[in-house]
Amino acid sequence: MLKDITIGQYIPGSSPLHKMHAPLKIILTILYITVLFFVDSPVSYAIFTVYTVALVLISGVPLKVLLRGVKPMLWIFIFTAILNVFMTPGEIIWSLPIFRFTLKITNEGLAAGVTMAVRLLYLIMGTSLLTLTTSPLQLTDGIEKLLKPLRKIKVPSHEIAMMMTIAIRFIPTLAEETDKIKKAQTARGADFETGNIIKRAKAMIPLLVPLFISAFRRADDLATAMEARCYNGGDNRTRMKESHMTALDVKAIVISILAAAVVLLAEFWT
Amino acid sequence: MIKTKNLSFVYRKTDEDGGTAVEEEVLREINLTIEKGSFTAILGHNGSGKSTLAKHFNAILLPTGGKVYVKGMDTTDKDSVFNIRQSAGMVFQNPDNQMVAAIVEDEVAFAPENLGVEPKEIRRRVDECLETVNMTKYAQSAPSNLSGGQKQRVAIAAVLAMNPEILILDEPTAMLDPKGRSEVIKTIKMLNREKGITVVLITHYMDEAALADRTVVIDDGEIVLDGTPKDVFRNVEKIKSLGLDVPQVTELAYELRKKGIDISEDVLTVDECFAELLKILGGGAT
Repeated sequence: MLKDITIGQYIPGSSPLHKMHAPLKIILTILYITVLFFVDSPVSYAIFTVYTVALVLISGVPLKVLLRGVKPMLWIFIFTAILNVFMTPGEIIWSLPIFRFTLKITNEGLAAGVTMAVRLLYLIMGTSLLTLTTSPLQLTDGIEKLLKPLRKIKVPSHEIAMMMTIAIRFIPTLAEETDKIKKAQTARGADFETGNIIKRAKAMIPLLVPLFISAFRRADDLATAMEARCYNGGDNRTRMKESHMTALDVKAIVISILAAAVVLLAEFWT
Repeated sequence: MIKTKNLSFVYRKTDEDGGTAVEEEVLREINLTIEKGSFTAILGHNGSGKSTLAKHFNAILLPTGGKVYVKGMDTTDKDSVFNIRQSAGMVFQNPDNQMVAAIVEDEVAFAPENLGVEPKEIRRRVDECLETVNMTKYAQSAPSNLSGGQKQRVAIAAVLAMNPEILILDEPTAMLDPKGRSEVIKTIKMLNREKGITVVLITHYMDEAALADRTVVIDDGEIVLDGTPKDVFRNVEKIKSLGLDVPQVTELAYELRKKGIDISEDVLTVDECFAELLKILGGGAT
């Protein structure tokens, strides 16, 4: 079951979204999120919805997959919506007195609840689109490129990207190992399934200790293997897959900025 | 290609209380010369120092006494470390713990990327090396989806991408199933015979050592036997006293000889054994 974890849930494909330059895609996703937080009026929401739907269609990512990413956030959704519905002051349309409190729903609250829920939905969909159309490696590469200017102020951009790459690489290995240790401990009578939260947390100790020890050993081995292959940090390093901006990326920039402008105009004009 | 001169290595560790340092002599006074294009197997049981010795061949460990020269370069010379590591590539025991990248071809590209090779040339080398180890089909796979033998072949390709002249393999088959072992050994043999790469194979499998041109047996940090596999495995008793085994057929021949049957001492492979037995059973049999 642990083996099913795939970071980022990348779905290979050949859509324009897949082919985009990764650093640019990250920047445009940030732009998307920024615009989203300015959107408030129904008109701009409508335009933003059209834009989002268009992106989803272009990406070729099945809607089912996209919504799967939303599912774990369902509780946050409901919680935010409820808070907004009940806590926003305004014109009361329904109320229910409970002891000294009065539970009331206002017009403004309903509007805020819906807006917040939709905003969260789009937020998750937008960022999911990024991770669904970009392989983890491209993503770390993109982050490395974006952080590169920060090298001047001693931000170790290459090392950060390398760490992320290795972490991604070792997730399946360690997940497999966790399963193995779990089975081994279960065979010796360890109980991971029953008891209250504290008891279960305590039961994790015989799982985590061997896992950590083995992870440290792996780290040691990997460091030696990397050194043996002349790894020497990011200086003078070349990349096999150099990605460059293409005409497609220029188009993407223009479209994104236009879409952002239209949405913001609709928001502030009306 | 590789030459050690009175190589000694002392491993310092602090004991449990963290106080006094305990010194452990892992290698003592090793003098070994490995010829260009040769296939040398280094044998020894666990803790004999064979892996420690291998790690001296590409400057991962530096001698505490004596010298190691790789292609004439002193491993203690800081300026030539990367030259040494590039010419003497090393493959390790655990296939999972030596992979950096999440995709096979990126893994193979890792070493040339470190060396600052041009992207086009890296691409060419990656394709060529994957072809050499017969893993082209899996170029886009994730290492976690490969079998042990396949992972180890990728690890070999990842080292070959540096264009090394020497390939050092530290028990590359210890964690593999029989099928994976034979895949890896076949690849190693092919690299030695066809590409002329000097191979140093650290192993504790006797039948692998029997495939080499030369077998060096190490015990307690010292070379105890050195010669062709035939010469070495003739010393059945000595090898057994070191806690090692001889290949099964060699042992069979040895036991038969003890029983008074006149069979050659130089039996290393099943085919040789078969031929010898056939001879004894009266040449008439076909």
